[in-house]
Amino acid sequence: MTATIEPEVGKSRRRKEDERLITGRTRWTDNIALPGLLHMAVLRSPFAHAKIVSIDTSAAKGASGVVAVYTAKDLDPDGSIGMPCAWPITPDMKAPRRPVLAADTVNFAGEGVAVVVARTSAEAHDALEEIDVEYDELPVVLDMEAAIADGAALVHEDLGTNTSAVWKFDSAEAGTGGNVEDAISSSEVVLKRRFRQQRLVPAFMEPRACVVDPTSTQITMWSATQVPHILRVMSALTLGIPEHKLRVIAPDVGGGFGGKIGVLPEEMMSLLVAQKLGKPVKWNETRSETMLAAHHGRDQIQDITITSTRDGQVTGLKVELLANLGAYNGLVGPGVPILGAFMFNAIYKIPAYHFACTNVYTTTTLTDAYRGAGRPEATFAIERIMDELAVELGMDPMELREKNWIKHEEFPFTTVCGLTYDSGNYEAATEKAKQLFDYDGLRAEQDRRRKAGDKVQLGIGISTFTEMCGLAPSRVLGSLDYGAGGWEYASIRMLPTGKVEVTTGASAHGQGHETAWSQIVADQLGVAFEDVEILHGDTQSSHKGMDTYGSRSLVVGGIAVIKAAEKVVAKAKPIAAHLLECAEDDLEFANGKFTVKGTDTSTGIGDIALAVFAAHNLPDGIEPSLDSDATFDPENFSFPHGTHLCAAEVDTETGRIKLRSYVCVDDVGVAVNPLIVEGQVHGGLAQGIAQALFEGTEHDDSGTLTTGTFADYLLPSAADLPSFTTDRTETPATSNPLGAKGVGEAGTIASTPAVVNAVIDAVRQFGVNDIEMPLTPMRVWHAIQHGTTDAGGPGRDEAGGGLGSIDATGGAQ
Amino acid sequence: MIPASFDYVRPSTVDEAVQALASAGEDAKVIAGGQSLLPVLRMRLAAPTTLIDLGRVAELRGVREEGDELVIGAMTTHYDVQRDALIASHAALLKEATDTVADPQIRHRGTLGGAIAHADPAGDLLAPVLALDASLVLAGPSGRRTVPAAEFFQDLFTTALAADELLVEVRVPKHTGWRAHYEKFNRVAQAWSMVAVAVTVRTEAGVIEEARVALTNMGSTPVRASGVEAALVGVQASADSIAAAASHAAEGTNPPVDSNADVEYRRHLAQVLTGRAIAAAAGA
Repeated sequence: MTATIEPEVGKSRRRKEDERLITGRTRWTDNIALPGLLHMAVLRSPFAHAKIVSIDTSAAKGASGVVAVYTAKDLDPDGSIGMPCAWPITPDMKAPRRPVLAADTVNFAGEGVAVVVARTSAEAHDALEEIDVEYDELPVVLDMEAAIADGAALVHEDLGTNTSAVWKFDSAEAGTGGNVEDAISSSEVVLKRRFRQQRLVPAFMEPRACVVDPTSTQITMWSATQVPHILRVMSALTLGIPEHKLRVIAPDVGGGFGGKIGVLPEEMMSLLVAQKLGKPVKWNETRSETMLAAHHGRDQIQDITITSTRDGQVTGLKVELLANLGAYNGLVGPGVPILGAFMFNAIYKIPAYHFACTNVYTTTTLTDAYRGAGRPEATFAIERIMDELAVELGMDPMELREKNWIKHEEFPFTTVCGLTYDSGNYEAATEKAKQLFDYDGLRAEQDRRRKAGDKVQLGIGISTFTEMCGLAPSRVLGSLDYGAGGWEYASIRMLPTGKVEVTTGASAHGQGHETAWSQIVADQLGVAFEDVEILHGDTQSSHKGMDTYGSRSLVVGGIAVIKAAEKVVAKAKPIAAHLLECAEDDLEFANGKFTVKGTDTSTGIGDIALAVFAAHNLPDGIEPSLDSDATFDPENFSFPHGTHLCAAEVDTETGRIKLRSYVCVDDVGVAVNPLIVEGQVHGGLAQGIAQALFEGTEHDDSGTLTTGTFADYLLPSAADLPSFTTDRTETPATSNPLGAKGVGEAGTIASTPAVVNAVIDAVRQFGVNDIEMPLTPMRVWHAIQHGTTDAGGPGRDEAGGGLGSIDATGGAQ
Repeated sequence: MIPASFDYVRPSTVDEAVQALASAGEDAKVIAGGQSLLPVLRMRLAAPTTLIDLGRVAELRGVREEGDELVIGAMTTHYDVQRDALIASHAALLKEATDTVADPQIRHRGTLGGAIAHADPAGDLLAPVLALDASLVLAGPSGRRTVPAAEFFQDLFTTALAADELLVEVRVPKHTGWRAHYEKFNRVAQAWSMVAVAVTVRTEAGVIEEARVALTNMGSTPVRASGVEAALVGVQASADSIAAAASHAAEGTNPPVDSNADVEYRRHLAQVLTGRAIAAAAGA
């Protein structure tokens, strides 16, 4: 009998990748230097919408150090190259061609019009100033409602409309629930609200960059991307490069948050330029370019109608969205709102549901995935309107939620959208959160401050969220017209010395895969944590994969690792039996050893690896290899959930918000590494709170981004956030052998409505029932000042939004 | 991003620096700590032909007493201002404001003189300099001249400095024993002030004998809140007296408008923050 080794899964190990990431002693794309490397710089349109009359590159071509200057006519003379979109959400979705460089028209400020190639980056940037472009300005299209109105100026004249697609789900039509119009006409309470999801910048730490080396048999492209495998396939499909002639490497990547999920014009440009010149080229963007030209996130107008009985039983939910795509379809941009379509009903048993989303083109930067992608928007809308409904009904907002949520004994539960939630325990997470938060004590303090007319008022915000992640079952993606599957790949190589190399198709860019995967493999094979190396982000070593986004890496890619490990053990077993001269059935495998049952005769997996390497003494017909791989396609999404509680102090004299405390109890199932989970939750909370309070792009009337630097686009630092109180409940997922659920996006999805609900709760006494995000001190102050008199709803202090509440009286019948 | 190319000169004395500035011509730029200039260069919002770096001019660093004044070298860093015992004793307001500037890294690089010469109305050191009735010593080809702060700040990013002059000293009349507070309001810790208020007062037995109040980012230059000062003299500091005085804070101001604050809100903030700053400084 072997002693039980303490399992690795569940240990809060510090991340093995952090030393090199924190010290910077690693390889980022911009660190890569190759012999003869040339540098690219992209000239970008200052106008949101304009005809290109002429481009004069002659002076730039003669500038110091310049090797070449290209425009669309040089790189794509036929005008045939279009950037890919992998998610045509409807058969009739519009698909305007997004060129590598704009040829005749620029459709957003920041779109590339020319590229300079020079010996140094400085010379390339100097030469940009020598390019003379004559523009003829066209009317800009900025406001979504105006864009879809009759007679609107068009982003793409030839499409005849700014509407890209209208996507609908209706529970009555799908047979998954009732008819929401019936609910609206027959319910005792009907409440309608409009919310805006402002546009955000996915502010990853490392700007985007790529290097292309065309000088060997395969073209090699390094890119600061989340999706090296997708990038390889899409580059082949977009440019006609034979797929086997292209190797893509994502070296260490400094964050993405969805912002590096795209396939970029600059990447295609680099491939074209490198091949044209026969020399390696590098493109490395400035932060200003990131702000302007990298895709943005969110940007929806949400019209939400909820119906209920007078005693608080929700009877229906109707969601009508306008989603701003920007000027073109991003790689998955059109599908981002659809990822939210099945989450507006959240944790609640809602009998009738209707969702309709209109995707709209505007002359703005593209939108695409940003941490949570569709689900934060959905969670915000439902959690905000549950608070509004509670006020309308005169109920405690937690009581209303409890009355409507799925009870723990009701799992698995099939929702009004037809999704089956495998597991969850909303009661347990909520109970724990309330205790940690001192919910009752804070309510009492809130009451005291209100009665005393304290200058600082207290509000309490709730978000009892769930989300669908672990993208995704391939068949579901197929039913949603997504262009690829949702499986993930892993392989395990048993080295002769007993060490283990693991390749994964997930592509870490800060998540900690190397640590977590090592813990999983250590348990599966009974080897030491330190003896496992995780290889990723290179299509040569980990040749197959669907990459990292949608909180999928662990619950899809991690399971592929387990499946591959199981195959290693299965392959080792006949060899172990041969070496120990016993029947396979007499063997048991535990802690890295095959033991003859009932004896202390055993052989270790490392010994077998060495025996396989020598191959001197293997059973007849056995392949001398333990190496194995697996491709795992999940049967279901994973559904993490949790209860987030926020206490916000509002200084009524200045409108300043101070988060007094933030408690979250998340249920992400079994945690492979609780420290990594904690880190993901903290980062997620920071980004979700930032949407509520700090971040948001703004454009002037000409479509110029006026929040183009971090001086204007405000990111919080630790000084601006409270000390989070985090805890977990652990209801294992039943859809995967680890029992794990995704955690990468949970904090972001959950926290935004908790914060806004808390602020509204603090100032509702002044007649305020909504404030547009971000909740700037000015907006809060104006809301307090005018809330009692402005029947249209407060918080509308700036032009161009169309927000706040459209129905301050609640629309009750 | 990469700045446009420029010539670089690093003098080691004020005289050398003045000479370098004269010979470099109109498109030269003086660089102190670089915390405002470098971003501008990197974004190519400015492309000077020559940069004259004062980083090695030792005589421009440090604080000394001269009679009733403190003399602060223009290249004294924010970090050094924060730690200087003379400043703490005789110009507490300057220390209070400097404590709120940006973050430790920037405070180690950025300089008092650089911030004053840059004259960003949202910068935190202009209002204290104005409130303390400091004067600025400028050195040029024809020698030195001294300009009162009230005349030095002329407009947005515009000062009394001629193209061939350097700011070399900040002379601050001693406000020994005066209590001070700088009340700053911004959206995140590292953002510029939306509005801020610099207050320093001399009190005796709870009565405010003298008061100096100036506002940050309530106009294109720092603004002296004279109405508030007048209302405070001879007053026993109390919630009511402070509120009455603070109600004068926005008088005569012409605040900027941006997405963080409109005119109504900035004027309101100026009053609220002035009240809080006085209360903190006067201990009420």
